[in-house]
Amino acid sequence: MEQVLELKHIHYAYHTLEGETPALTDISFALNKGEFVSIVGPSGCGKSTLLSLIAGLLEPEKGLIKINGKYFKESTTNVGYMLQHDELFEWRTIYNNVILGLEIQHMLTARTRQRAHDLLDLYGLRQFEASRPSELSGGMRQRAALIRTLVLEPDLLLLDEPFSALDYQTRLTVGDDIGQIIRKEKKSALLVTHDLSEAISLADRVIILSGRPASIRQTIPLIFDLDADTPLNRRNAPEFKTYFNLIWKELNTDE
Amino acid sequence: MSNLSTGQQKYLLMHRKHKRIVRISRILILLSFLFIWEFTANTGIIDSFIFSSPSKIALCFFGMLMDKSIFLHLGVTLYETILSFLLVIAISILMAVALWFSSKLSEILDPYLVVLNSLPKSALAPLLIVWLGATKTTIIVAGMSVAIFGSILSLYTSFTTVDPGKIKLIYTLGGNRFHALSKVVLPSSIPAIISNMKVNIGLCLVGVIIGEFLAARDGLGYLIIYSSQVFRWGGILIQSASMSSRTIKVTPVFPILLSRLFP
Repeated sequence: MEQVLELKHIHYAYHTLEGETPALTDISFALNKGEFVSIVGPSGCGKSTLLSLIAGLLEPEKGLIKINGKYFKESTTNVGYMLQHDELFEWRTIYNNVILGLEIQHMLTARTRQRAHDLLDLYGLRQFEASRPSELSGGMRQRAALIRTLVLEPDLLLLDEPFSALDYQTRLTVGDDIGQIIRKEKKSALLVTHDLSEAISLADRVIILSGRPASIRQTIPLIFDLDADTPLNRRNAPEFKTYFNLIWKELNTDE
Repeated sequence: MSNLSTGQQKYLLMHRKHKRIVRISRILILLSFLFIWEFTANTGIIDSFIFSSPSKIALCFFGMLMDKSIFLHLGVTLYETILSFLLVIAISILMAVALWFSSKLSEILDPYLVVLNSLPKSALAPLLIVWLGATKTTIIVAGMSVAIFGSILSLYTSFTTVDPGKIKLIYTLGGNRFHALSKVVLPSSIPAIISNMKVNIGLCLVGVIIGEFLAARDGLGYLIIYSSQVFRWGGILIQSASMSSRTIKVTPVFPILLSRLFP
């Protein structure tokens, strides 16, 4: 199977005048094409750092990161990153927010503009194209943020707790919503979260990290026997509870 | 619009009434102030030689309108103020951008900016005359000197307090520091730039007047000095009034222009 992402023996530490804080030690895993992987771990264990490394915002101190079989420097454009907050700009309309990435990467053409319109249409934001972000609900804003990422046609999506700023009810529906969008667009995705049920409802595989400095404790593949495998249906499936308890136990065992 | 509910109509009526009371009260305060001033000056309660009186000021103003001298002075000061204001805005935005780009530069220059900002600029004016001569340049530089350092500091502060999440977003979309500046920092700082402009137009005027006190043959500052030397207090008061009213008039113009430029 084709690998979208490959990490080999990644180490990373933060430096301050007071000293060094190791954040990641010896992280190795790979992500197949079209696969959705969740990473869970205790808070502050370095989950977000891992995404920043993959997105190229930080450089690993040791180790290799390959995207689509190439080293990072040779391929930057095809990684999409979705942040914790939607970060929509109030001084731009929804449409102009969505095309921000295209603008930055000088990819604004008739075709990409049309794609932005199509995506907004497809995901129910057509009539809000000319609205300001403050006029949208939290869920719609997060959807607009996802479209802003998708319009760049990334091969790999990084999701950094993208639902944590939403209230619980919105979170369930938006999680379901966005999970299905990502499946439909056949994207490979890496989700970082501290919400176990979110991780289980969305992913094909869950990677469990240990506390800081983070290392991979275990990888658990998730198999659901469902006709319509949506995040909300998964939450009602009998396997859900089993997986939840398994991951919970794994997170809470001291080494 | 006729099918408004009674509640809405009542609200609108209340709102209009509130506005009317504010407007009438403002005018009443001015009129009663002028009346008391005129009255006390005429009845000798205050010395009209020292305090002047509204009627004397009106006469003096009328005289200057007739011989058109007021327009010359107003025009000169307006020109100098606007020029120094525009220079302050341009230079301080450029400097703030440079400081934002290089945290090293900003750390190096920080103490200098703070010291220069707290310098008593009016004390610098005589030095400026010695260095630059008694010319318009001196007056414009004097106007700038009052506003520029504070302006740089406040703009830089607003640049650095931009939401770091929004800047991170730019990097995740493949942008660089220039994109962060043009797509996030500048647009989100527009309110700060506008309020900075409002403060600066007033400061520039003060600086220009100080410059004109010392080194001018025309302009409002010159007129004030001249009037005070010949004990024409009325003249000074006219200038002060026209200065502040003009600032009020000029102030909204630039924000409006700016909002047109960045819709």
